[in-house]
Amino acid sequence: MFENIKILFHQGKQYIPDLTTAKVPGIFRGRPIIHNDVQVDEQLLVDLCPTGAIQKNPLSIDLGKCVFCGECAFAAPEKIKFTTDFKISSNERERLIVREGDDRPIQLNPQLIRKEISRCFSGSLKLRQVSAGGDNSCELELNACGNVNFDMGRFGIEFVASPRHADGIVITGPISENMAEPLQICYDAIPEPKIIILAGTDAISGGIFADSPALNRNFLNKYKIDLFVPGNPIHPLTFIHGILELIGRIK
Amino acid sequence: MIKHISIKNNQSISLHDIPVLKYDDFLAHNTSLLKEEHHHCVNYFGFPQERKLRLICCIANDNEHTILVSSSLINLDSTLPSFTHHHLSFHIFEREIHENYGIRYSDHPWLKPIRFSHDRYDRNSKIENYPFYKIDSEELHEVGVGPIHAGIIEPGHFRFICNGEQIIHLEIQLGFQHRGIEKLFLEKKKLLQRTILAESIAGDTVVGHTTAFVNLWESLCGFKVGNDLMFSRTLALELERIAIHTGDLSAICNDIAYQLGSAVFGRLRTPVINFFQIWCGNRMAKGLVRAGKNNFPFSKELGNRLLHLFEQYEPDFKEMYAEFKTLPSVLARLEKTGIVTKEQAYSIGAVGMSARMSGIVRDIRMTHPHDLYPQLHHKPILKHHGDVYSRTQIRKEEILQSIDYIKTLLKNIPEEDKSSQKLKSPSANAFAISLTEGWRGEICHCAITDEKGEIAHYKIKDPSMHNWLALALSVRNNEISDFPLCNKSFNLSYCGHDL
Ligand code: SF4
Repeated sequence: MFENIKILFHQGKQYIPDLTTAKVPGIFRGRPIIHNDVQVDEQLLVDLCPTGAIQKNPLSIDLGKCVFCGECAFAAPEKIKFTTDFKISSNERERLIVREGDDRPIQLNPQLIRKEISRCFSGSLKLRQVSAGGDNSCELELNACGNVNFDMGRFGIEFVASPRHADGIVITGPISENMAEPLQICYDAIPEPKIIILAGTDAISGGIFADSPALNRNFLNKYKIDLFVPGNPIHPLTFIHGILELIGRIK
Repeated sequence: MIKHISIKNNQSISLHDIPVLKYDDFLAHNTSLLKEEHHHCVNYFGFPQERKLRLICCIANDNEHTILVSSSLINLDSTLPSFTHHHLSFHIFEREIHENYGIRYSDHPWLKPIRFSHDRYDRNSKIENYPFYKIDSEELHEVGVGPIHAGIIEPGHFRFICNGEQIIHLEIQLGFQHRGIEKLFLEKKKLLQRTILAESIAGDTVVGHTTAFVNLWESLCGFKVGNDLMFSRTLALELERIAIHTGDLSAICNDIAYQLGSAVFGRLRTPVINFFQIWCGNRMAKGLVRAGKNNFPFSKELGNRLLHLFEQYEPDFKEMYAEFKTLPSVLARLEKTGIVTKEQAYSIGAVGMSARMSGIVRDIRMTHPHDLYPQLHHKPILKHHGDVYSRTQIRKEEILQSIDYIKTLLKNIPEEDKSSQKLKSPSANAFAISLTEGWRGEICHCAITDEKGEIAHYKIKDPSMHNWLALALSVRNNEISDFPLCNKSFNLSYCGHDL
């Protein structure tokens, strides 16, 4: 008993008190800024990008395709800078595209949030996670969302074992052909109303796997996606912040 | 007659230098090599050549630090006697050759599909209609788990045959995670794309797999790797080991409902992966390892931060582990649970922790050292009971060992090599092999180039390929309620296996 108390004491305070104002340590690659007063060979950057996330005229980065390798920022450091702003989730696919000159936070489009979401889920949201070809990095970060540091449970947001107990599904991975059917079965088992969250670049666009013949992404054409969380992998703060916005806990 | 060519880890050779044997000789030679304990198969695969199939077998010689490579050219409609009949550890490779190319084996015990790859030979065999092994009996019942599991974890199907609470047999069917990664290595032509692919083979082993890839690539391109690159890779491999092992200890505590351990080990992992973010901007170290360059040179300042991190990590870790290992309720769950004997581990060709838990000396850091491992003189940590507790102890001791290695490395942080040597393109008609010891165990990548120096074949072997069978064997005669714990104690990769 005494030993346990000593151990507890030695841990100090580990939780992050305010997740919305928290700063990520180090050189995290979050929301990029593309300066419009710097001239570069745009085609070079388009060709460099491994996943076709960069478009020219005007130069833009699609965070739904970007694998955050940072190579474009190394090639044109004056032009492209990744900031540590982790708030990059949105419910509108279009909003994940950062254009030349943009330097404003990425937010959800309140008009597109279904009314029942804040009504039903703002105090308690239970999620079922399905990895469909995910490489286990997003999965590790989703687990981390519930650990003592990030403690997503304080908002009543939790992952549950059964789809029947869930209010929504969190998909990671580019959706492999072999997981297409289990994913559908799992989704069907969740009672209405239910939400769909795509966590990670692979889930949003297929990422580096986008044109692999081993995928089957038909599921995504059938339903409205409630939240896109970019990242490779997602950062726990990006995920939690996005959900809090979705359920109306942050305006 | 020369039966094989003997090469070193990360060496590339001309494809023509690999002896081509008649299949019977090929079989006799490689299976006889495996009669000696210091030999094991690190990779065995086929690739199409001149409307035939070229089989390439790579046997590691742990005493001589070499890899013995031989080959055979066979017809695509062949029915062959199997290697597996002589040594079980070949089972996974021959099943893969069968699944991909339709080669039949006359005496293979079970040509069970591996991953239902999109380009498999028999398109009628589907993951949905896979016939599981059955035993007819009034007393026995089946339990099916997955592909989707209770936690946040990758998919795979487990089918148990039980007698009451006791597991008689476990069959594991994987393939749900198949993304066609090996083919993408050929289709994606940019080096950066291939590097991103390597980082995504298993996102919990980013450093392990990417190091195997870049070492292989640099070897194909004749690039002389500088000290600074080797330093970063070695340090990152050990740091990845510390991070994942710590997380695994937390998960093991969680599975036995020991909350304090789960919380403390869980939070101890956080500063370690955050260090990766401080170093390279990503908690899983994506972006860190690059062929021919280093985007994030390691500085003195980073070194001091890391030492400071260990200063805080070590006492808390040791205190927690000391308490953990004295609790009867913990030991009762871990000891004598999920045993794999040394004989079993040998026969299935187990690697990494899954071999060392049963007293088998198998560790690439010692037997085929790369990067800065030669100067660390690594001695593998061995346990002998092959149970969950052995796998737990290995993790704890390896964490402390890795911290020591990193401290040794930090005494001598190399200057950044600014000579900016250019990475050339890969040589033509070449074969290269690269082995690294990831935290799970031995990772092997092989590449073959065509006459233009383009990749013609890319072969990845994650340690899990061998070790999934160890998990299946470990749970026999255990209570089914111990399965999650056993599974966690191996912590094998689904996507690394399914590719
Ligand atoms: S950081 Fe994103 S946009 Fe830039 S090159 Fe990498 S994937 Fe492309």
